[in-house]
Amino acid sequence: MLRRRFLTLAAAGLLAAGVSAPVQAQDTFIIVQSTTSTQNSGLFEFMLPKFQEKTGIEVRVVAVGTGQAIKNAANGDGDVLFVHARPAEEKFVADGYGVKRFDVMYNDFVVVGPPADPAGIAGSSDITDALKKIAEAKAPFASRGDDSGTHKAELALWEAAGVDVAAASGGWYRETGSGMGATLNTGTGMGAYVLTDRATWISFGNKGAYRIAVEGDERMFNQYGISLVNKEKLPNVKADLGQQFVDWVISEEGQQVIADYKIDGQQLFFPNARPSGS
Amino acid sequence: MQSFTAVLGDAVALILSGDASLMGIIALSLRVTVTAVLIACVIGLPLGAAVGAFRFPGRTLATVLLNSLMGLPPVVVGLVVYLALSASGPLGPLGLLYTPTAMVIAQTILVTPIVAALTRQVIEDLDREYAEQFRSLDVGPLARITALLWDARYSLLTVALAGFGRAIAEVGAVLIVGGNINHVTRVMTTTIALETSKGNLELALALGVVLLVIAILVNAAVMGLRASAARAAYA
Repeated sequence: MLRRRFLTLAAAGLLAAGVSAPVQAQDTFIIVQSTTSTQNSGLFEFMLPKFQEKTGIEVRVVAVGTGQAIKNAANGDGDVLFVHARPAEEKFVADGYGVKRFDVMYNDFVVVGPPADPAGIAGSSDITDALKKIAEAKAPFASRGDDSGTHKAELALWEAAGVDVAAASGGWYRETGSGMGATLNTGTGMGAYVLTDRATWISFGNKGAYRIAVEGDERMFNQYGISLVNKEKLPNVKADLGQQFVDWVISEEGQQVIADYKIDGQQLFFPNARPSGS
Repeated sequence: MQSFTAVLGDAVALILSGDASLMGIIALSLRVTVTAVLIACVIGLPLGAAVGAFRFPGRTLATVLLNSLMGLPPVVVGLVVYLALSASGPLGPLGLLYTPTAMVIAQTILVTPIVAALTRQVIEDLDREYAEQFRSLDVGPLARITALLWDARYSLLTVALAGFGRAIAEVGAVLIVGGNINHVTRVMTTTIALETSKGNLELALALGVVLLVIAILVNAAVMGLRASAARAAYA
């Protein structure tokens, strides 16, 4: 009898634990659609608590590829868009989904490669020359292939180098169709060169013997921008709270926080907001 | 790459550390999955039992359908739930996207066919055994289903555990509808995926071991419950 009562209690307890635990509901939160590169670098974990402390606004970050982030935001599933693909962001604003785009910060892309350096490009600072050499050597190259900001930047660089990567797809040019970290894991696994943003590379934990082969070319700048999603187009946007976040990020204080973020003493992002926008 | 022993050590250290954010992640994983499995059982057990016990036109089709839906790809379920819950979707006004509730909905859709399909098989087999008795006692349909479900309860526990296994291990659906938001919708599997993408393979693997330990504990608890229930029944 006692045992049976215990069982009933246990079952009830299980039910209660499963069903009734309340969702921590807070009205003062916004959703920011952003990219894997900012999330993986740890910048948000450093930055957001400072913003929340000041304003009481909780920022919930959904980190996906830039392409998906823009689509999600255009569906109204975010209050702020914080990505790095300027032409696509400007189109987002021009189409009425965003209010206005502001430059926030930049970091740069680098090409990392295996120590054997099959294309002989180590130490280069000329990205188009290096890409040409990779293509000539048919050295494996792992691409994001996911329509992300990094992928778009990579394709533009290939075009500038005059290499038709679509023809080499499946051969030496390999599209992983996944995020930056996953592509680095795949690329280092198969001895391929990878174009990555420096922030992700510095904080990446599975470098193995890989090192930076190409860096320092101005064409490899990676500009981040922020836009408030347009309430007139998507009525459920929390325009007021979102605006506060945008204002803070491009304010002197927010910019200083970005500059202060370092891993192993290396600064990952360089703030360059202009209050007038772009 | 560390050795597996070192990873196991890391996993134990992680559990013992009692790290608040890890505990939150574990608790959310359990809350979402247990809720989804309970809802799936409420729908799937009667549904499966009805298909298993009754003869009706289209019954074979229903069986094929249930069995096929067991193979629903989580990513596809995630996408469908995302499109439904998106602010531009039909259920957008509910504001459920990127909440644990959205994750429960997605996992319920994944688990219900598993519970229903396996229940159908269990109940059909048992019904064959009981058919003559039911007929001689002239048992009504509702009483018949209830009796079958009750007598098959121990097998059905395993059915529920199969559903639990599917849901607790699934990453594709919860990632899309939950968004893997830190402290809000981050669960064990999405954390493992995130740490893998950061290149922290040892930590990811250690978290995987933690997840496995949780699954073992839940299964052991259910089996223990079952054993003492069986003893109580014969006491």
